[in-house]
Amino acid sequence: MATNPMNQFEVYSIGPKIQIGSFDVSFTNASLFMVLTVSIIAIFFVAATQRKSLIPGKLQLLAEMIYEFVSKMISDTAGKDARPYFPFILSLFLFVLVSNMIGMIPYSFTVTSHIIVTFALALFVFVGVTIIGFAKHGLSYFKLFVPSGVPAVLLPLIVVIEIISYLSRPISLSVRLFANMMAGHTMLKVFGGFVVSLGILGGWLPLGFSIALTGLEILVAFLQAYVFAILTCIYLNDALHLHH
Amino acid sequence: MEIEAAKMIGAGLAAIALAGAGVGIGTIFGSYLSGAMRNPSAAQKQFPNLLLGFALAEATGLFGLVVALIILFAF
Repeated sequence: MATNPMNQFEVYSIGPKIQIGSFDVSFTNASLFMVLTVSIIAIFFVAATQRKSLIPGKLQLLAEMIYEFVSKMISDTAGKDARPYFPFILSLFLFVLVSNMIGMIPYSFTVTSHIIVTFALALFVFVGVTIIGFAKHGLSYFKLFVPSGVPAVLLPLIVVIEIISYLSRPISLSVRLFANMMAGHTMLKVFGGFVVSLGILGGWLPLGFSIALTGLEILVAFLQAYVFAILTCIYLNDALHLHH
Repeated sequence: MEIEAAKMIGAGLAAIALAGAGVGIGTIFGSYLSGAMRNPSAAQKQFPNLLLGFALAEATGLFGLVVALIILFAF
């Protein structure tokens, strides 16, 4: 039961069962933690910008730092043209970051350790970026698949590879986040199981490992949110500036 | 061969992906260090790129884990 490291990823419904057609849409623990994530972000920003002053307080400083961080990331990777998409990338980054961080609290649930959640986010990014690309460049957006300076003999091969790599973007983007979070949490659980099974005499070594891994996992939780956001910026940059 | 045994062997083989991830992470940190030793003033600017490279390389190893899980649980 509790010794199974996969047990923590179980989704179960809270409250009444709601059925629409053949879909079970009851409120689950995953939905609860998504609501929690969004409300934490909303409450934090509302509280931080409540009393705006020229000399910021602690909360306002933190909010400004997050804003500046994402703003700098976008302008570094995607340039000035990506400015209109700032709110989207900020909310994407914060959603992934906060749900990863909530997952680090023991006995809580990590929303991003489920492929369906990350795949929905990644597919949204992919479809959005493709629409932006076609809206901005029209049919010449297909030039993205034809890199310049490639010998004509290699072109049929390269174009196929480019198309496959473009289409696999949502999969790699979502699997990266999902696999990182799931592997990390499974590893923590496995080491926790070692502590219990080795007992008071031998359990100290895995306990130390467990503490070190928790530190690593907090780093990974931040890094994966950062990578998710920065890859979104890079894809956006590809769509906005056709520099192939 | 028993299908269960074949699944286990396949899942174990999928763990070989970690070798590539290890080489990748080692290369990234090694190259960063040797670059930073040559030009310490430029090192700080490249730190976000280092973390990005680390996260991207680490993820390729985890794709192996996903393959192992698919073999074990999805078939």
